[in-house]
Amino acid sequence: MTSWLLLAEAGAQEGGLFDLDATLPLMAVQVVLLTLILNALFFRPVGRAVEEREGYIATSRADAKQKLAQAQRLEADLTEQLKEARQQAQQLIVEAEQEVDKLYREALAAAQADANATREQARREIEAQRDQALASLSAESDRLGALIVDRLLAAK
Amino acid sequence: MVPLPLHLPFAELEVGQQFYWQLGNLHLHGQVFLSSWVVIGALLALVVVGTRKMERDPRGVQNLLEFLWVYIRDLAREQIGEKAYRDWLPFIGTLFLFIFVCNWGGALIPWKVIELPNGELGAPTADINTTVAMALLVSLSYFYAGLSRKGLRYFEYYVEPTPIMLPFKIIEDFTKPLSLSFRLFGNILADELVVGVLAFLVPVIVPLPAMFLGLFTSAIQALIFATLAANYIGEAVHEEHH
Repeated sequence: MTSWLLLAEAGAQEGGLFDLDATLPLMAVQVVLLTLILNALFFRPVGRAVEEREGYIATSRADAKQKLAQAQRLEADLTEQLKEARQQAQQLIVEAEQEVDKLYREALAAAQADANATREQARREIEAQRDQALASLSAESDRLGALIVDRLLAAK
Repeated sequence: MVPLPLHLPFAELEVGQQFYWQLGNLHLHGQVFLSSWVVIGALLALVVVGTRKMERDPRGVQNLLEFLWVYIRDLAREQIGEKAYRDWLPFIGTLFLFIFVCNWGGALIPWKVIELPNGELGAPTADINTTVAMALLVSLSYFYAGLSRKGLRYFEYYVEPTPIMLPFKIIEDFTKPLSLSFRLFGNILADELVVGVLAFLVPVIVPLPAMFLGLFTSAIQALIFATLAANYIGEAVHEEHH
């Protein structure tokens, strides 16, 4: 230990641990130069690269978010449209069913009316023929009666 | 060289000996610059390889660099605040990376293979000049940050929340660089010494736990230095909400 202390004290003249001399300012100049060189070679280009990438990532993220929002909006839109279309289809089916029902009823009513009319006509025809037959029978019986009366009268 | 009074094995660790370079009439610690150039070279090589072909889908070294960048950004943003951190990101990041590669370089590169006439290569941060240089840069930075953002209103910070704080805040301006530099210097030097002594006494296996601990400490020290630097700058640019 003694030797080191002596060496440290001896630094005033020559050597020693605390031997400050022109190394100090020159080293300071060297560090400043190194700062300038590293600024040009390292800090600026690497900083630009890193920050460009950070910017790129940020814009890409924003872009992706916007696209996602757009896709979600489109999906909601399409879902809405699908729902509407389903409703319309449902309505169409209901309408068609109603239409068919109506047509069926109409056809049924027409057929019934037709049948009724035909039956009525037939009934009327039958009545007419019966009337006619009755009329012709009564005329015939009248004539026969008259004939019988005539013959009886003639025989007398 | 100072003659050593004791001939313990420690004495051969060459603590505090420098490999001097003469520049005009200035003395420089050559070993500090040599090793710092090696680690700066490695750092720059990594950066150049990683940023040569930047892609949006990062591959290879670019991943590492981006991780580091984000790590440093988060550190700076958390300490300095959303408004001012961009101006100081390169400085904080350079401190962190430089200290980190210095510490780990000092621990991982086999410097002993290279013989110097005097002194030895090691982590540049184990030299007080390096750490004081960076600590003073931090001091200048936070003064500059505060003054440029708030003008003379920066000095309101010294009397907030009460004028009683004034002497303490002034003392803080001295203790901040002092603690920054000595913490880093002491940790890294102590780590090197512990590993050195252990390796000298028992050259196998025994130093390994200390080495791992050293790597851990080194990383933590880099983080602490950068975080504190950012914190001081953040304090200086912080706006009081009245």
